[in-house]
Amino acid sequence: MNRIPILQMGGALLVTIQIDMEDQTALALQDDLVACIAAKGAHGVLIDISALEMVDSFIGRMLASISAIASVLDAKTVVVGMRPAVAITLVELGLSLHGVRTALNVARGMAILQEAEEQAHRVD
Amino acid sequence: MVNSAATPMSQGHHALGDILKHDTGELANRWLIAAALDPSQEVFQSFAAEARVLVGALKSASAAGTTRFDIDSPAWAATRTALESLSASRAARGESAGATSAFVLALKVALFEGLDTSADGPSLMREVGLITQMVDGMAQWTVTTFQRTREAIIARQQEELLELSTPVIKLWDGVLAVPMIGTLDSNRTQVVMEALLQRIVDTEASLAIIDITGVPTVDTLVAQHLLKTVTAIRLMGADCIISGIRPQIAQTIVHLGIDLQGVRTKATLADALALALRQTGYTVTKGSVVTKVAG
Repeated sequence: MNRIPILQMGGALLVTIQIDMEDQTALALQDDLVACIAAKGAHGVLIDISALEMVDSFIGRMLASISAIASVLDAKTVVVGMRPAVAITLVELGLSLHGVRTALNVARGMAILQEAEEQAHRVD
Repeated sequence: MVNSAATPMSQGHHALGDILKHDTGELANRWLIAAALDPSQEVFQSFAAEARVLVGALKSASAAGTTRFDIDSPAWAATRTALESLSASRAARGESAGATSAFVLALKVALFEGLDTSADGPSLMREVGLITQMVDGMAQWTVTTFQRTREAIIARQQEELLELSTPVIKLWDGVLAVPMIGTLDSNRTQVVMEALLQRIVDTEASLAIIDITGVPTVDTLVAQHLLKTVTAIRLMGADCIISGIRPQIAQTIVHLGIDLQGVRTKATLADALALALRQTGYTVTKGSVVTKVAG
């Protein structure tokens, strides 16, 4: 089974999904990512799905649940680079991914995470 | 069944074949009289020419030894072409399918007149059956081609309309606009959505303005299509403003209880652009008026 690597960039975790995911891969990614957030105390998670050509309802739900779990662990999730066809499919499936932040590309996604961290520091 | 019926009828072919072998000009004239056309009409001459061409095609088909109308058979190719050009010219003239097929059906009367009425009952019946079958087949083919021509025109127009009504405009750096025109159905929403999302990817725009000034009515279905587009835009990581909401439409939206799910709405495209500029960090200031000197 393929495992998807999780990279650390400062206080954020970067996940780039380069393969069409099977359900098992998705579940493994969810477990790894949650463990990683807890272990490293990450404040943000950036999931790049620009290489993903197909997203089914399972993957869509997984993205939503990762985001929800991460926010319980006080980390913000940004999903970046969704393709038009994927966005249309998710809408047709009735999955609007409420509560998941999205951005056009990795650069914008990192900017959102950075801004969120600075804001958090100011509040502290 | 067709084959078994053809064998005993083969002797009966003579009467119809004889009519067609005789002066075809006379048959064409009888046809035009049966069709009750006004000879003083401008189009009469072209109708007469069409009738003569068709009768000539029938004659050659009958000479090839077949009076059973069969679209696919090569012996009827000339008749087929003649009927197609007849229905095409009628369609272009704006005549109805009914009038066109009535003209072809009038040929039946002309052929009946040419039958030898002194023949015995059963063989006369057979001839009448043969003529009816042939002319009905021709009329059906005419209507089929007539409809096909019309449908092709409608399909082309629909496609053009769809393309015409979905331009994606770049309003500012990072700001796109789509002026929606016409009723929003699922087909059009799909086309707009695909075009807009692709442009968002290409231009890396962070804001899209959907202008619905040209949408005549907003009901729950149209609102649902709009929200689908908005959701897809948000999934891509861009934001969306809906503009061009007329007062009546605002009332309808509230009366129908449509939840716009926090989508920002503006009355005019100008307001939406101002908001978009503010959001992307631009400030517009009014300077001194530059007067352009002619020459």
